[in-house]
Amino acid sequence: MEDNIIEMENLNLYYGDHQALKNISMAIRQNSVTALIGPSGCGKSSFLRCLNRMNDLIENIKIEGSIKYKGKDIYRKEVDVTEIRREIGMVFQKPNPFPMSIYDNVAYGVRVAGIKNKARLNEIVKQALIDSALWGEVKDCLKKNALSLSGGQQQRLCIARALAVQPNVLLMDEPTSALDPISTAKIEELILKLKEKYTIIIVTHNMQQALRISDYTAFFLLGELIEYDKTEILFSKPQNKKTEDYITGRFG
Amino acid sequence: MKLSLKRKIYMFTLKAMMYISIILTTVLVVFLIGYVFYKGLPNISWKLISTSPSFLSDEVGILPDILNTLYIVITTVIIVVPLAVGAAVYLHEYASNKKIVAMIEYASQTLSAIPSIIYGLVGMLCFCQFFKLDTSILAGSLTLVMMSLPTVMQTTLESLKTVDDAYRQGSYALGAGKWYMIRTVVLPNCLDGIFTGVILAIGRILGESAALLFTAGFAHVINGYFTGLFSAGSSLTVALYVYAKIEGKFKESYAIAAILMILTLLINLLIDKIVDLFKRKQVKEKESGR
Repeated sequence: MEDNIIEMENLNLYYGDHQALKNISMAIRQNSVTALIGPSGCGKSSFLRCLNRMNDLIENIKIEGSIKYKGKDIYRKEVDVTEIRREIGMVFQKPNPFPMSIYDNVAYGVRVAGIKNKARLNEIVKQALIDSALWGEVKDCLKKNALSLSGGQQQRLCIARALAVQPNVLLMDEPTSALDPISTAKIEELILKLKEKYTIIIVTHNMQQALRISDYTAFFLLGELIEYDKTEILFSKPQNKKTEDYITGRFG
Repeated sequence: MKLSLKRKIYMFTLKAMMYISIILTTVLVVFLIGYVFYKGLPNISWKLISTSPSFLSDEVGILPDILNTLYIVITTVIIVVPLAVGAAVYLHEYASNKKIVAMIEYASQTLSAIPSIIYGLVGMLCFCQFFKLDTSILAGSLTLVMMSLPTVMQTTLESLKTVDDAYRQGSYALGAGKWYMIRTVVLPNCLDGIFTGVILAIGRILGESAALLFTAGFAHVINGYFTGLFSAGSSLTVALYVYAKIEGKFKESYAIAAILMILTLLINLLIDKIVDLFKRKQVKEKESGR
């Protein structure tokens, strides 16, 4: 079995009085694709956002328990949040390229990290665009405003942007829910390819998608982790009745 | 289907009222501008706008006043933009106590409605006397800074609110710190709002006389920028007041009024051009390579 890159223990998350995550304990294997499924409002996105501490930005939030990345708790006091976010990248539900050129978008995180050397930047941007399967389409117009790209291209640009920082883990929050089937297929293909280098955790509403691309699947319901197993086992022989009901489309 | 009579009368009255208001406002504006130009333009001469006034020959020249006005506008804008933008950024991006932010916003809205003579009084007591700047362009500009700060701050604040949160999150997710995020993603997206604020502020500065009467003085001496800052100087509006009210030189007053209008128009056009340039640059980026 591969190594665990992220381990959570008794994770609880509260928005004010409302408890959004209840006692979640799970481990994410390195270089695998882990899908998080479950009905809307079950806490999968909240969970995802705990992993790179994006929840820090929300007021009135309380997080208990521990999340260890490579054996170290990311919620320790002395941890540099920006460091964590560089190691654990994120792609959002809605493509959100910055309103600047394609090149500047990809170079953004690299510049944040302090790399200013032109040649080095060019190289990183090119590699990231190749890795995200966008290079062929944009190599002649890197100066073009990123907002002029199509939705699917924008999302791949966001992936390129995340990859350019050279993270270890990539969090994806329903990355294809705003895209058409062709763009979705491209991104799924990309995810399968990225698995070799990165650990990917993806939230999805589309169970077919989870089945197609993930190695492991976790089923969330009302803030609880109901079942977590290898994808083929979870979908073929679910242990829990609720999981079975959900994946067979009886609710949700 | 035919409209009922009642409905017809209703529509007719509404339409008539609408037209009356349109005609009234248009006529008023056109009359005002037309009248000022009619009375003022014939009195504008090269001599008027290129000399200082002379008491010996009892002739009016308004070059010093034009320069003073420009100095005041420049100084005020230079000081007010960083202050107001900084305040707006702090209020929107950093301040965590929503109640205090709401209070400050309310206070600034109230501030922008205060009569300018009160700003003049405060400016005189504070800058001229307490800080010993005497009546000077700097004291006048600082007073106008106080006066236009709320305007610029509010327009900046409004445009900060329109910046998509997704940009902020995207920036954070790439490991950016807060200030880096604001500098690279938020501020470039609200240049429009900042410029709007500056235009409004300049309009107000150009038209301001009451606040300057107490603080910037009445002198008509041609100075360089830095000497000018620390000496008294009359702006065009103050000169207008003095010539019309005290010296009874109405021809020159109308000429000044016409020049003020032209100046306002020119400055607004200039800023429009600048905003346009920014926008065109963005569009160009969008289209190049397509």
